[in-house]
Amino acid sequence: MEYEPVIGLEVHAQLLTDSKIFCGCSTRFGVPPNRNSCCICLGMPGVLPVLNRKVVEFAMKMGLATNCRINPFNIFARKNYFYPDLPKGYQISQYAEPLAEDGYIDMDMNGKRKRVGIIRIHVEEDAGKLVHDEHAPSSYVDFNRTGVPLIEIVSAPDMRSAEEAEAYLRRLHEILIYLEICDGNMEEGSFRCDANVSIRPRGEEKFGTRTELKNMNSFRNVRRALEYEIKRQQYVLENGGTVIQETRLWNDSQGQSHSMRGKEEAHDYRYFPDPDLVRVEISEAWVEEVRRTLPELPLVKRERFVSQYELPPYDAGVLTSSRALADFFEETVKRCGSPKAASNWIMGDFLGHLNQERKAIADSPVTPETLGDMIRMIGDGTISGKIAKEVFEEMWSSGKPPARIVEEKGLVQITDTAFLEKAIDEVMQANPGQLEQYRSGKDKLFGFFVGQTMKRTGGKANPALLNELLKKKLAP
Amino acid sequence: MELCELTIHELLNRLAAGETTSEKITESVFRRIAGVEERVHSFITLLEEPAMEAAREEDRAIGQGVRKPLGGIPLAIKDLLCTKGIRTTCGSRILENFIPPYDATVVRKLRDAGAVFVGKTNMDEFAMGSSTETSHFGITRNPWDLERIPGGSSGGSAAAVAADECIAAIGSDTGGSIRQPASLCGIVGLKPTYGRVSRFGLVAFASSLDQIGPFTKDVEDCSVMMNVIAGYDPRESTSVPREVPDYRTFLGQDVKGMTVGIPKEYFIEGIDPEVSSAIRGVVKTLEGLGVSVREVSLPHTEYCVAIYYLIAPAEASSNLARYDGVRYGFRSRDGRDLMDMYKKTRSEGFGTEVKRRIMIGTYGLSAGYYDAYYKKASQVRALLKRDFDEAFRECDVLITPTSPTPAFRIGEKMDDPLQMYLCDIFTLSTNLAGIPGISVPCGFSGAGLPIGAQFLAGHFEEGKLLRLASAYEKHADFEKRRPAL
Repeated sequence: MEYEPVIGLEVHAQLLTDSKIFCGCSTRFGVPPNRNSCCICLGMPGVLPVLNRKVVEFAMKMGLATNCRINPFNIFARKNYFYPDLPKGYQISQYAEPLAEDGYIDMDMNGKRKRVGIIRIHVEEDAGKLVHDEHAPSSYVDFNRTGVPLIEIVSAPDMRSAEEAEAYLRRLHEILIYLEICDGNMEEGSFRCDANVSIRPRGEEKFGTRTELKNMNSFRNVRRALEYEIKRQQYVLENGGTVIQETRLWNDSQGQSHSMRGKEEAHDYRYFPDPDLVRVEISEAWVEEVRRTLPELPLVKRERFVSQYELPPYDAGVLTSSRALADFFEETVKRCGSPKAASNWIMGDFLGHLNQERKAIADSPVTPETLGDMIRMIGDGTISGKIAKEVFEEMWSSGKPPARIVEEKGLVQITDTAFLEKAIDEVMQANPGQLEQYRSGKDKLFGFFVGQTMKRTGGKANPALLNELLKKKLAP
Repeated sequence: MELCELTIHELLNRLAAGETTSEKITESVFRRIAGVEERVHSFITLLEEPAMEAAREEDRAIGQGVRKPLGGIPLAIKDLLCTKGIRTTCGSRILENFIPPYDATVVRKLRDAGAVFVGKTNMDEFAMGSSTETSHFGITRNPWDLERIPGGSSGGSAAAVAADECIAAIGSDTGGSIRQPASLCGIVGLKPTYGRVSRFGLVAFASSLDQIGPFTKDVEDCSVMMNVIAGYDPRESTSVPREVPDYRTFLGQDVKGMTVGIPKEYFIEGIDPEVSSAIRGVVKTLEGLGVSVREVSLPHTEYCVAIYYLIAPAEASSNLARYDGVRYGFRSRDGRDLMDMYKKTRSEGFGTEVKRRIMIGTYGLSAGYYDAYYKKASQVRALLKRDFDEAFRECDVLITPTSPTPAFRIGEKMDDPLQMYLCDIFTLSTNLAGIPGISVPCGFSGAGLPIGAQFLAGHFEEGKLLRLASAYEKHADFEKRRPAL
């Protein structure tokens, strides 16, 4: 029997506010344990939370970017459970009346448009982190992360393959980064994903029993874990078994998931409205104010790059993968006027160097101005494409503008016909055997003469001109 | 007359006139404590040395001409309010060693106003009780009859004021915990409007009901205390940004033309006849002052106890989850693993009544019960609020007994939680509706036990309460007495 997977994702994204959601502590990552903590986020007796307004604004941005309805009244609720990293014994979250509901995102799946529904986006506080001593039977708690604002984005069960789930996750990640409300770092846990997955015979309307997958901390792992789980459920069903509702933990190194807890052991979180917080009222005016600050979103930008710059969809996809890269491209084009050349250089040498040195675009020694100038110099024949590679290397290592590099190194292209003809004559004289073979029909040797002449001119010959002259001279 | 027997306003006058010093007043208070505390046991923690030091500090300030609203006045603080550097136990073993690194907003305001802290007072564990018998630190006795309870949960604060172990005190009121002990100890106790006084640093019992308020020897002192503690606090989301009037301006105002309502549902069977007769006396006195009286109805009154004992325990079950032995407070040493440590810590750290309420609250919030219990209770709570809104459309103040009986005997109701819960039958609705209420002494039973009358007003109408209470206090025709300790 052929089965169809049904997948929904729950994504937690840390918001990039300067301070925590209910107290004034810093949210900075990487400081010594418990440095970013105070009596409020430590849940000391008698302390009270006060909502950080920025958190609501950031969450609203995500709601609007994913076409959600922003609820005019939001309620914070307590989710009650015991764990050492949860100082109050409850997490302040949203349950009934979350911030945003009923949205969707569109994505491009192999040229086809796929829409994934967003059921809700709610705001909540993060928990702390346990550090286990490897040598002694003791554990430590770091509360730096406690109270860092999170949004949870719950998708509809609209994905039908692990591939679609990964694509959805990447689009969500991209939007968060575009909005500059989340740094998207999966390793540090600022972007985390749980998945709900079930399978059903193709054509069947009813959903199968679902399992929940946790602990997948990369795009690749999400896909692998889902593929594994789909196969596992299929195996269970094909062997006459039934899938049981449970939470499973993905183990990256084993490439397997293991049952963590069954339905019976599931927590009863006893949600109820937090009496320490008043309901958040969001006026239409506030929503509009936030809407005006939204940047152009990836999918729209991608389509614009294809139509405005006549780029292949692939190029547009790469160039719009981040707002900074897209801006870099547009600035470069503004400088040189050649979109496709700019795209090639950016996707090739520029991203190559950037990735190799793990640099951010903001830290790149090559700027849109210098790259644009260099592309213009190729266009007007000042340098050849080949020389440009050398110029680019020098730009990357020294940060100098291309014109200075060309001047300092004497890299200006040779377009002097007499000079080139003389060089060709010399090559012909030095290689009589090859000349004869060529003239007797061995066309492949043309490249040999190009190479030899280039060598003699130190690579500076204008390639088009050289080709033209060679063809004339070599002709029998 | 000993200095400790005087009121705040009397002492402030004497201090301002240079007739006495804070040091002398504080010494007088501690002499009194030395004489009676062993029998009454109002305090969990006494702060004699820091208090004497603070008193001398205030004397220096007074000497330099600095006039603070409570400059040099010895006060007692319920052990449910966090005090920086001073152990704050909430009457519980689970916090017996907890020293907060911060002051509650009210404590800070009192410090800034020049108050001298005598000590932290005894209370029912986490304010859960009506007799101060559930404290981990032993019971407090009623200064009027040492065989009887002082009321609760702020029984220590009430007893301390009644026994002159301080000049005034701070308590908290979630379902009557200020008004009922004030009534049983023959003093004035006010529960302000929800949102009027900051809850920051008040250890939470039931967040939507808790409110801090004063215990004083008379109505004027009550207004002096309110002037200091009331006001918006940006550290509390439910605090209301609303201007605070000078509460002293309501004292001595003419009450002619005011309308008082008598809610018929509050004069029920089971109420002590001496209590109803005392309340009738209050009404008669007020009528004599030109107040018009009418009967009103609060039809949802019969549901108060049920609503309260669903909402308060539900919030408490969540509020008390933080006492898990991980970060501060008591931790059982016998835990085999994390879950076992949690269970043992909370089993050994909390007393019976607290555990009972955590269980009730947990049950009421559980999946499958939430709609029938917590949610339904919240809905009926809204109806109850509407009852009061209706009533205050036709009258300024409602008058009821504070407690159905005078102080009962120690141990009398400890084995019957339901009987204990009914002690608060007249005070619970105030917290559920969020309105202010005051208890003022209105006479004595045949056995010589104090009786209190409760005045209620609409949201932020503390002024009306003080106005009527001060008029009543001035014209009350019962004989003033002091407890014979």
